[in-house]
Amino acid sequence: MKYRFVAGLSAMVIVAAACGGGDSESSGGAAECEVGETDGDLAFYNWTDYMAPELLEQFEEEYGVKVEYTQYDSNEQMLAQVDAGGAIYDLVVPSDYMLDTMIQEELVMPLNFDAIPNAKNIASEWQSPPFDPENKYHVAYQWGTTGIGISIDALEAMGNPEPTWGFIFDPELSSQIPGGVSMLDDSNEAFAAALKYLGYSIDEVMTSGNEEAIREAGELLKQTTPNLVKFDSVTFGDDLVNGEVGAAHGWSGGFALSFLEADAYDRDVYVIPKEGGVRWVDTMAIPANAAHPCTAHTMINFLTDAENGGALTNYIYYASPNEAATPFILPEILEDPGIYPPPEVMAQLEFVPQAGELQLLMQDLFSEAKG
Amino acid sequence: MSQTLRTGKWIDRFLRLNAWLIFAFFYIPIFVLVIFSFNGSSRVTVWGGFSTRWYPAVFENQQILSALKNSLIVAGISTVVSTILGTSVAIAIDRYRFKGRKALDGAIYLPVIIPDVTMAVMMLAFFAQVFRLIDSFGPRFQLGIYTIAISHIAFNISFVAVVVKARLGQLDPSLEEAARDLYASGWLAFRRVTLPLILPGVLAGALLALALSLDDVVISGFVNGSGGTTLPVYVFGAIRRGVSPELNAISTLMLLASTVLVLTSLFLQRDPKSKQP
Amino acid sequence: MTSLDHAAAHSQARKGRLLATPAGLYIVLFFIVPLLIILAYSFATRTATGRTELSGWNLESYDKLFTGLVMRTVWRSFWMAAVTTVMCLIVAYPFAYYLATRAAKVRNVLLVLVMIPFWTNGLIRIFAIRFMLGSDGPISQASESLGFGEFRILFTPTAVVLGMLYSFLTFMILPLYVAIERMDWKLVEAARDLYADGFTAFRKVTLPLTKSGIIAGSILVFVPSFGSYVVPEILGGAKTLLLGSYIARQFGQARNFPFGAALSVVLIVAMLIAVVINQRTEASEL
Repeated sequence: MKYRFVAGLSAMVIVAAACGGGDSESSGGAAECEVGETDGDLAFYNWTDYMAPELLEQFEEEYGVKVEYTQYDSNEQMLAQVDAGGAIYDLVVPSDYMLDTMIQEELVMPLNFDAIPNAKNIASEWQSPPFDPENKYHVAYQWGTTGIGISIDALEAMGNPEPTWGFIFDPELSSQIPGGVSMLDDSNEAFAAALKYLGYSIDEVMTSGNEEAIREAGELLKQTTPNLVKFDSVTFGDDLVNGEVGAAHGWSGGFALSFLEADAYDRDVYVIPKEGGVRWVDTMAIPANAAHPCTAHTMINFLTDAENGGALTNYIYYASPNEAATPFILPEILEDPGIYPPPEVMAQLEFVPQAGELQLLMQDLFSEAKG
Repeated sequence: MSQTLRTGKWIDRFLRLNAWLIFAFFYIPIFVLVIFSFNGSSRVTVWGGFSTRWYPAVFENQQILSALKNSLIVAGISTVVSTILGTSVAIAIDRYRFKGRKALDGAIYLPVIIPDVTMAVMMLAFFAQVFRLIDSFGPRFQLGIYTIAISHIAFNISFVAVVVKARLGQLDPSLEEAARDLYASGWLAFRRVTLPLILPGVLAGALLALALSLDDVVISGFVNGSGGTTLPVYVFGAIRRGVSPELNAISTLMLLASTVLVLTSLFLQRDPKSKQP
Repeated sequence: MTSLDHAAAHSQARKGRLLATPAGLYIVLFFIVPLLIILAYSFATRTATGRTELSGWNLESYDKLFTGLVMRTVWRSFWMAAVTTVMCLIVAYPFAYYLATRAAKVRNVLLVLVMIPFWTNGLIRIFAIRFMLGSDGPISQASESLGFGEFRILFTPTAVVLGMLYSFLTFMILPLYVAIERMDWKLVEAARDLYADGFTAFRKVTLPLTKSGIIAGSILVFVPSFGSYVVPEILGGAKTLLLGSYIARQFGQARNFPFGAALSVVLIVAMLIAVVINQRTEASEL
C-alpha cells in the first residue's frame, strides 16, 4: 500500500516537473517604473567584495527599503543560481560575455532607461558594447584588467624579466617563484591567459569557434595545475601580500585593495604580461524573473550617480566607466597604472567574447584541468 | 574491575602519551583561535597586544546579526518539528506492528547515512522543480530560510528517531505493561510511564537536532537563496575570503555556545540513579 | 487467533500507523521524492548552453563516469578517505583503550573532554586548522623562529587529510570506546595466562572482541570523508579535487546538473553498500 502510494506520488511530481520544465520565462517588455520608485526590498546578487557597504546603507536609508546582499565568486555560479537555482534576485552583476549569454537565454529584462536618468553618466566608450549593441539590457558597473600580481622578491629572483604569462605557464619560470603561483578559479579567465600565452588572439579563437586552440589551451592548463598552489578568485590579493603565494593570476582592483590594506606597494606589484592581457567590464542587469524590478532600477540609478560612482571606486579600487564620477575619484586611484593602464597597454588588452558552444567546452576542460 | 588488568609499564606510558597527544591535537587549535580573537592588531596573525575590540565589531555587523537570527529561526523550527515527528515515528516502529513498518525503519536511516553534498543537491533540484510546478499555477515561491528549515527537518527526523529508538530499546517493556494494567488507558500509561522513561532520549535527540541544524553549512548553502544566509553559511564565505580577527571572535562566541550545549546535554543525560553517565 | 486478539492487533496497527504517518509522509515528500528527482536528473539532457532539460532521457552522464578524470577523482577520494580512516584507527584504538581502562571518575571527565570538541561547530574547527596552518600562522611562525623555515602544508592533500582527521576522529573513538568497555575482561585475563606474550593475547582475543567497534568506527569515518566537501574547500585550495567538491561544482561553476546528479547517485549507492556490509558483519557476529 505504502509503496504504491510512494511510487504514485513521486511519479506525479516528476511528470508534473517535466511538464513545467517546458515553460520559458516571460520575456516581456521593460518594467513600468518611475525615477526613484521602489516596489519592495532589493535582492542584490554581486561579486565577492565588490561593493562599498556604506552605499548600501545609504540606499536603505534614502529609499526606506532593505537590501538583501548576497555574493558569488564566478559568473558561472551566478548563472546557475539565476537560471535554475530556485532563487529570485532583483539585481545581478554579470561580466560582459555572461551578459551576452543571459540576453540570449532571455534571463535578463530590457531596462527602462526613463527610470535611470544617470545612465547618461557612463562614458561613451562603454555605451553600445558588442555584447549588448543596442544598450538595452545593462548599465556598466566597473571595469578592470586581468594580469599577474607578483612579489618584487620573486621578480628579482628571476632576474627582473619582462612580465609574461610564463610566470604561470612556464615551469622554468614558475619554479623560481618562492611560494608558488595561484590561478583564478574561473574558466574564462584561465583560458584567456592560456590562449594569450600560446600566442592566440582570444577574440579570433572565440568568434571563429577554434576548438583546436581551446583544446591546446586546455592541455596547457592541465599540465600547469600540478605546479599551482591553489585556484582562487577571492583571496588572490591577500594571499600574495600575506606570502601564501609568490605570484597570483587575478584582477586589477583586487590586488590594488590588498596592496593598500597591507601597505604592500613596496613588496608586491601588479603587472600586465607582454603577450597582452584581458580587460573586462561588469554590468548591472535585472533578471527577467525579478520580483522588485523598480527597486532594482532605482539602485542602478543610485549607483550610477556621479558622487556614488566615485565612492564605489574609492572603496573597491576598480576603474569606473562613470565619466561624471571622475572628479570624485581619489587622484591616487586615477594615477595608478595598475587600475587605469596607460593607453599603450590598453591597446594590447582584449575582451573575452561570449563563445557559444566553446563556452561549455571550456568549462568542461577547466574542470578536467583542475582535477 | 578493568583497572586491575596487568599492563606493561611501557605500554601504559605509551597509552598515556597517546592520550595527551590526542587531547593536545583536539584543543590546541581551538585555544590558539580563541587567544587570537583577543588580538589587538588588525593583522590577524601578528600579535598586537590584548584587546576585546573585535567583539563589539561582531555585534555591530548587520550581516552577522541577520545570519544569526536566520540560524536561530531555522534551528528552532527544525528542532521542534523533528523532535515531535521523530519521537512519534520511533515509538511507532518500536512498539507497534503495522504494514510498511520494516520499509519505514529502513527509510529512516537513509538521511543519516547520505553525505551532506548529495542531500544538498537533492534538495536544490527538488525545490527548483517544485517552484517551477507552482509557478505554472501563478504564485511564485523562492528559496529562503523556510527551504532550509524544511531540509533540516528532513534529516533531523531521522537523527531524533534513531536516538529515541535506542532509548526505547533499553527500556523494560514489562514496566509499560504493568502500567497499562494499572491505568487501563494506553494514553495514560504512555504519559505517566513511557514518556518520563524516554524523556532523556527525546531531549538528547532534540539537542542533537539543534546542534546539527546549527552546524550545517553545505545544505543551507545550497538552498538559502537570497536573504537566507545562516551563520555557518556566512562564516564559510568569510573563511573563503581569508582569515580576519573578526572571524576569530565569531568563532570564539560559537565555541562558547556549543560548549554550553554539550554541558547541558550531559547534564540532561545524567542518570540520577547511578554515578555513571 | 481469537477475534479478540485480532481486534487488538488491528487497533495496534492503527495506532502504529497514526504515529508513523506524519514522519513517514514527511520523509517521502522531502527526502524520497528529492532522491527520485536527482535520479531523473541523472538521465536528463544538458543543452548546448548548459541548461538541464528533463526530456530526451539518456545515459550520457553515466558514460562520463568512466572517463579518466572521474576515475581519478573517485580513486583520490577513496584513497584519502582510506588514509584518514586508518590513521584515525591507529591513534583512536590506544586512546579508546586508555579511556576504557581508567577509573570511573577519571573516565567521565575524559569523556566530557572528548565530547566538547565533538559538539563544537565543525566549520569553526576546520577554520581553527586553517588558521594554524597558514604560511604566517602560529605553526609557521614558531617553526621560523626556531630556524626551520616556513611551514607550508596548507592547500595540499596532507592538509586535507589532517582536517578530516581532526573533524572525524571522534567518530572513531566513541564506537571503539563502547566496544572495549563492554568487552569481557575475564577473557582477556585468561588469554594473558594462556599466551606467553601480551601482543599475542591482544591479537587473538582483544582485537576480535572489539571488531564491531572497529568496523562501526571505520564506516563512521570513511563515509563522511569520502563525500567531504567543506574540508577540501577550505584546506585544499580548490586543487585537491574530491568527490564531494566535484559534485557541488557541477551544480555551480561547471553547470552540468545531469552529470552532478549521476555522480550523486553513484555516491549514494556506494554508501548503501557500505552500510549493508556493516549490517551483514553485525548480523554474522550474533
